[in-house]
Amino acid sequence: MPQDLNYLRETPSQTAGPYVHIGLAPGAAGFDIYREELGHDIAGPNAKGERIRVEGLVMDGTGSPIKDVLLEAWQANSDGIYAHPEHPGEVEDGFRGWGRVITDFDTGEWGFDTIKPGPVMGRNGRIMAPHINLWLVARGINIGLNTRIYFSDEDAANAADPVINLVEWERRRETLIARRSEADGKIVYRFDVQIQGENETVFFDI
Amino acid sequence: MRKPAEFYQRDRGRHPPAYVDTYKTSVTRSPQYSLISLQNSASEITGPVFGHNDIDPTDNDLIVNYAKPGEMPIGERIILHGRVLDENARPVRNTLVEIWQANAGGRYRHKKDTYLAPIDPNFGGCGRTMTDEDGYYYFRTVKPGAYPWRNYVNSWRPAHIHVSVFGTGFAQRLISQIYFEGDPLIPMCPIVQAIPDPDAIEQVTAKLDMNSTIPLDTIAYKFDIVLRGRRSTLFENRLEGN
Ligand SMILES: [Fe+3]
Repeated sequence: MPQDLNYLRETPSQTAGPYVHIGLAPGAAGFDIYREELGHDIAGPNAKGERIRVEGLVMDGTGSPIKDVLLEAWQANSDGIYAHPEHPGEVEDGFRGWGRVITDFDTGEWGFDTIKPGPVMGRNGRIMAPHINLWLVARGINIGLNTRIYFSDEDAANAADPVINLVEWERRRETLIARRSEADGKIVYRFDVQIQGENETVFFDI
Repeated sequence: MRKPAEFYQRDRGRHPPAYVDTYKTSVTRSPQYSLISLQNSASEITGPVFGHNDIDPTDNDLIVNYAKPGEMPIGERIILHGRVLDENARPVRNTLVEIWQANAGGRYRHKKDTYLAPIDPNFGGCGRTMTDEDGYYYFRTVKPGAYPWRNYVNSWRPAHIHVSVFGTGFAQRLISQIYFEGDPLIPMCPIVQAIPDPDAIEQVTAKLDMNSTIPLDTIAYKFDIVLRGRRSTLFENRLEGN
């Protein structure tokens, strides 16, 4: 009798649909139900490092902003440590490193406040440049899209980053870089996501 | 501390492709370039950790979590329960499971939903819970109604509950939909049928579970969720790089 490997198989993905807010951000859907919605505070009050804002649009293949996207961010602290039991090191009290944000129903703009993460140790002892992992879902997206936000003021680290360097097309690497600007003493990084088309953002199969 | 281990490669052939011409919204929302495959690093094998203080004990009971005192939502009372497992059939413990759904009439409590079926004043339509030590989760709710949507002029979604799960690493992050066994709209739905494998469609269909019903009270459906499994071996190259 042949041996059976007995593995289960992953549940198939389905689109989050247009009403994802009800489950994951009910306030935005128009009602208050939970004591506290999750994912509003990524870094917490005690996080060290530079306070930043990251914002942008998500555009479809026609160049129109998509207004029903939900994005989740996952990042290390300023020492490059993830708030997770399998990552060696400590994070500040209250630092979760995870956030959830939606696009504005009228403009499609999204944005979150956090701290700039530090470089993270990658495979083979190669340092990964500071980055925020981004996952996004929406109506019309059948399986969540993964990308990474790198930072425009990290040229040297980005040039050495093992993940950026997997992207053979040098032009496309630019789609992973958030552009830094400073206004009224606030540091803002702009990260527009192009789902489809000429300047399509690099997405990863992680 | 558990040693870092990477996830099995995702079987993309089991998931709906990004571009599905019969699901019209996907046409301009699907990347055209290939995804770049990454070997897992610390950024993918870690993910957010939630605790019981993040949620309230009644968050998993949609029959009471938005109802006025002494009132209840209208609809068929159901238990939706099952386990979150990985591909090695091991329970995924203490992981956050979130659901959302239309009410019994097929109407969502959402400022963008304009379907003529009425809002139920006693139904919010969302719930969340953490799996226990066996990976088990449990919700109580009402069965959602089918609803029309703009794809073809006469497109109807089968009754479904949306579900979001985390797992232990960001690479396991998954959103899906739970359908109900026997629903005649399942074979007609472009979103369901975007799943290429009939066996995989079975996997998103909850089964009537008579043994878990509460007699004279609530009917039950069972739905197990499977997240990506992990290798039993460690990274060959340790995260510390030494
Ligand atoms: Fe739905």
